Amino acid sequence: MTFMKMGMTLACVLALTACQDFRQNESGLDGNGVNGSGTTTGVDPNLTGVNDPTSVAYFNQTIGDRVLFQVDQSTLTPTAISTLDGQANWLLANTSYTTTIEGHADEQGTREYNLALGARRANAVRDYLVSKGIAANRIDIVTYGKERPLAVCSTEECWSKNRRAVTLVATGLSS
Amino acid sequence: MKQVLKLMIAAMMLGLPAQAQENSGPLRIEITEGIIEPMPIAVTQFVAENAGAEAFASQLTDVVISDLVGSGLFRNIDPSAYIGSVTNFNAPVSFPDWKAINAQALITGAVTLTSDNQMVVKFRLFDVFGQETLIGLQFAASSQSWRRMSHKVADQVYARLTGEDPYFDSRVVYIAEEGPKNDRKKRLAVMDYDGANTRYLTGTDDIVLAPRFSPNAREIIYTSYETGVPQVFLMNVDTLSRRVLDSERNMTFAPRFSPDGRKVVMSLSNGAKSDIYSFDLATGQKVQLTNTSAIDTAPSYSPDGNQIVFESDRGGGQQIYVMPANGGAAQRISFGKGRYGTPVWSPRGDMIAFTNISGGRFHIGVMRTDGSQEKLLTGSFLDEGPTWSPNGRVIMFFRETQGSGGAPNLFSVDITGQFLKKVPTPTFGSDPAWSGLLE
Repeated sequence: MTFMKMGMTLACVLALTACQDFRQNESGLDGNGVNGSGTTTGVDPNLTGVNDPTSVAYFNQTIGDRVLFQVDQSTLTPTAISTLDGQANWLLANTSYTTTIEGHADEQGTREYNLALGARRANAVRDYLVSKGIAANRIDIVTYGKERPLAVCSTEECWSKNRRAVTLVATGLSS
Repeated sequence: MKQVLKLMIAAMMLGLPAQAQENSGPLRIEITEGIIEPMPIAVTQFVAENAGAEAFASQLTDVVISDLVGSGLFRNIDPSAYIGSVTNFNAPVSFPDWKAINAQALITGAVTLTSDNQMVVKFRLFDVFGQETLIGLQFAASSQSWRRMSHKVADQVYARLTGEDPYFDSRVVYIAEEGPKNDRKKRLAVMDYDGANTRYLTGTDDIVLAPRFSPNAREIIYTSYETGVPQVFLMNVDTLSRRVLDSERNMTFAPRFSPDGRKVVMSLSNGAKSDIYSFDLATGQKVQLTNTSAIDTAPSYSPDGNQIVFESDRGGGQQIYVMPANGGAAQRISFGKGRYGTPVWSPRGDMIAFTNISGGRFHIGVMRTDGSQEKLLTGSFLDEGPTWSPNGRVIMFFRETQGSGGAPNLFSVDITGQFLKKVPTPTFGSDPAWSGLLE
């Protein structure tokens, strides 16, 4: 009884955290980049915060949930590969998580092309994670093209933050 | 939601007064030569022939003037300059009065309200210097359709004076946008071509993109994130019922109807690459038309249905190609400076409109279907997504301003590039797509 109750509570907390992060990324409200996500207000920080290496917050903040791309490119940079190595190791260690990889583009392209480019970026991340041993059925991809900018200025400073692929982790089966 | 009113317009010729005189050549505007000076015309206040018709007569006159002047081809002479006046639709016209103010054409009209809220609109178009009646017509329809009747009047005048097919009685489907740049809400919307009568077809829950009308304007295809990934949906404009086209969970986008309305051509991405597929609406059969490792997207049929123009980065950069409608060898047609995307075949078949990105700016341009005679019509921080008027003489697109407060609005430009104007919408607007001329 007590064990069951605890198990349910823990699953709930994890699901809540994952849910919250997903919403922040999708709506683009997370304007602070990597460090702006994973807020866990009202939840015991020792359980789900960055101190817990199995937490979503740890994945988002310490490992890094996103990689950035050069203009009109979907090639992974050395920095991106380093981040993705960390993501792969985390996913290998935390097998109850599935991922959705969002591919994004900056505003310097036409809408349809940017959708295809965002797909390419998400796919580049998926291919790399699969090459590191993550099962393909744990990874979903989606492109947002230029529809969900994080940074809103019209200079390279903002554009470089928007050319991104974000790995969202959540518990549950991949659709 | 309210059903779209179906307009039954009964048109009949009015008896033309015996005023035809010797003629010094047809009154005619040539659009292709680039209009330096709009033709001065006098659109007189339409006469209200019975009680209750006054408001309609006034509004109808305003829309006729707005249509004609808005084409960039005509200048309406201010009524304060009039010498003559028209208070009786059937009284003879005094041509010298209109010659004196240099009105090349004169338009007179009358509005009568009949029982059951039916309305009769009569009008005449005169060649003032030829002293000739060019058109005399009357329309009857529900008074609720008064704007469409106005557009029909203006269409008749435009067609007679330009020798071109008209375009005023048409609609545009577009994306209504609201909210800050990093939390933009997008809704599917339809409006009259001039920005009036916007009607929203979706809520703000899911991102929607790039809608297009079917040839009869009764259906719309568009991309929505309703299922969590971008997928092409087909919606009935009257009932708002909708369905996803591809039964598999693929990312699909950039749809357009074939000219016969039986197929949709669109992009399907597996992530690594985006290929072009046609999709038979009756059978659900999906046919792959391109197969490269490149981004192939933004397909658009030629009006005869035999060819497809699309964009691809197969040569290293984003450029425009033409291929047979069933797939096969593609010929690159864009060779100017920069990148080229979003090609759209003109309904006349003679030209292709596109978005060009060069010199850090976006341009709307046109070229012949073999890529020759390229001309950039506009330029700004971001001009994108051209769509053709039903007669292939005007292009609508969206222009987005830069910076943190940047937002898109709809604009139109004639194919000479001389007459650019904003199309008023209640919210920000993007991704316009013009219908054909309404029936």
